[in-house]
Amino acid sequence: MHSFLVSLRSEFYKSRKTLAFWGAILLPVAIISLITFGFYAKSGKFTQSEGIVIWGQYVDGVLGVMGVLLMPMFVIFVAYSVNNIEHRADMWKSIFSLPLNRWGIYAGKFGFAVLLIALCLFLFAALLLAGGNILGVMKPDELKFHQYNFAAEAFLLHTKLFLSGMGILAIQFLLSLIWTDFIKPMGIGFLSTVAGIIAANVNWEYDYLIPYAHPLLALQSMKPSESGTVDVNVFSQEVVVGLIVAAVAFVLGYIIVARRSVK
Amino acid sequence: MYDYSIETQALQFRFGTQQVVDNVSLQVPKGSIYGFLGPNGAGKTTTIKLLLNLLRTREKNIYLFGQELNAKRVGILSRVGSLVEQPAIYGHLSGRENLTNRAMLLGVPKKNVQQLLKLVDLEQAAEKKASNYSLGMKQRLGIALALLADPELLILDEPTNGLDPNGIIEVRELLQDLAQNQGKTIFVSSHLLAEVEKMATHVGIINKGKLLFQGSIHELHALNASLVRIGVDRLAEAGEFLTQEGFLISASDGFLNVPFNSQEEMGRVNTLLVNHGFTVFSLQHQRKDLENLFLDITKN
Repeated sequence: MHSFLVSLRSEFYKSRKTLAFWGAILLPVAIISLITFGFYAKSGKFTQSEGIVIWGQYVDGVLGVMGVLLMPMFVIFVAYSVNNIEHRADMWKSIFSLPLNRWGIYAGKFGFAVLLIALCLFLFAALLLAGGNILGVMKPDELKFHQYNFAAEAFLLHTKLFLSGMGILAIQFLLSLIWTDFIKPMGIGFLSTVAGIIAANVNWEYDYLIPYAHPLLALQSMKPSESGTVDVNVFSQEVVVGLIVAAVAFVLGYIIVARRSVK
Repeated sequence: MYDYSIETQALQFRFGTQQVVDNVSLQVPKGSIYGFLGPNGAGKTTTIKLLLNLLRTREKNIYLFGQELNAKRVGILSRVGSLVEQPAIYGHLSGRENLTNRAMLLGVPKKNVQQLLKLVDLEQAAEKKASNYSLGMKQRLGIALALLADPELLILDEPTNGLDPNGIIEVRELLQDLAQNQGKTIFVSSHLLAEVEKMATHVGIINKGKLLFQGSIHELHALNASLVRIGVDRLAEAGEFLTQEGFLISASDGFLNVPFNSQEEMGRVNTLLVNHGFTVFSLQHQRKDLENLFLDITKN
C-alpha cells in the first residue's frame, strides 16, 4: 500500500506539467465554454424548452461531442501518456531498482490514469451544472435552466460514462506498457474506437462485448424517456462487461510488469 | 554480519542463445571501491542489472549485504543507490524537481535535495529543465539521484561517461570521499583501466561474460610487477628447486617467472640453476604496464 501511495503521489508530481494532466482540465473547460457560448448566442432558439428538456438539449450538445469520439480518444491518450513518460526518459530501469514493490508502482500508475479520467468527467459534470445555471441567471426568460435541478442526473450520467471508459483504459494501458512508440497503441485504439462506434450504431447484438463501443452504448442507453426524465442505470450490461475487461487487462498488465526484465 | 556487500555465486545469464554472464562469482568487500572493468560488451551492464534485480535469475546466487536478492528485494534495494547506463531523468522537469520526485518515492526529506544539488554542483542549474542539461550535468544529476537516500552501497555503471577531465576528477574525488569518510561501498564499472586504477581498492576484470581477474588493486599491481622470465630445462624440477631457495615462482608458457628485484639477484638465480645442473636457455627481464596487462587479460 505504501508503494501504491507514493507512486500515485509521484505520478501527480511529475505529470502536472504534461498535456495529459492539463488535457483533463482544459478539455471540459473548452467544450463546456463553447456549448455555453452557443446557447447564450442562440438563446432565442430555446425559449420553448422548459425544465429537464433544456438541460437535455444542453447535455446532448456536450456529450454528443465528448462521448462518441473524444472520450475514447482521451482515454487512449491518457493511457499512452502515463506510460510514455517512463519510456521516453528510459526510466523503467530506474523505477524498478527503487525499494518499491512492482505491484505498487504499477497500481499507482494505473490509479493515476483512472483519477485523471475521473477528474475530467467530474469537471464536465460540475462545469455543465455551473454553465447551465449561469445561463439561467443571465437569460432567465429564454433559458429556463432554473426550473429543474439537474445535479443528480449530471453526476450519474458522468459516473456511467466514466465507468464505461474503464475497459478501454485497461486495454490501452496494457498496450502502452508493452509498446514504447506512439503509433501502435494509438493506431489500434483509434481503429478499435471506429469499429466500436460502427458496431454500436448498427446495433450489432454483441456490441456490448467491444469495450471501445461502451461510451457510446452508455450514452445511447441514457436517452430521456417519454415521461421527460432521464433513467440512468449506471451498472448496465456494457458497463459490467467493461469493468470485467478492465479487471482482466489490469491483472494481465501486472503479470507483465512483475515478470518484466529491463534489458 | 557480512564481509561482502556484494557476493555472487557462479552467476549465469543468457539472452536467447548468447551467454552474456558466465560463471561470475563476485566478492565485493564492504567499504571498498570495486572497479568492475571490461571492454564494451563484456557483460558489465548485464551483471549490474542482475545485481539490481532488473534482470532476473531463478537461482539464488546473488547476495547483497549477506541477504539473497530475490527473497529480500525491497529491503536490499532500500540500501542501494544506482546509476545504470545513461542517467534516467525526466526531461520536462527541472533538476530539483527530478530529485524532489525521487525523494518522494524514497521517503527522503526534501532538505536532502538541496544538499545533493550542492554536492554535485548543480545549484545554479537546479531550476533549469533537465532536457537542457549537458551530458555531464545529466550524469551528475544521475549520481545525485543515486545518492539521495544515503545508501550503504552505490552501484554505478560508467559514471564518468561523457564527463570532461575536470568532471571525471570531481566524480573520482566524490566517490573516494564517500568510501573513505562515509564508509560506503562503491561498485563502479568502467572500460577505462586508468580511471579505475586511480580510485579503486579492488578490481574485477570481465570479458565475454567471464570474470578473468578479481582481487585488490595491490594484487593487480603485483601481476604487473616486472619479472625475470627464465627458459630452463626440467621446468618443474627447476621451479621446485628455486622455491626451496626462497624464490616466489610461477610458471607460464614453458617459462619460469621470478619477481625482479635487482640485476645481482637475477645473476644469482642463473648461477644457482647452472651450479645445480640445470641448463638455462634464456633470462629475460620483462616489464608490463597495466594497460598491456588489461589487454592480455581480456584478449583471450
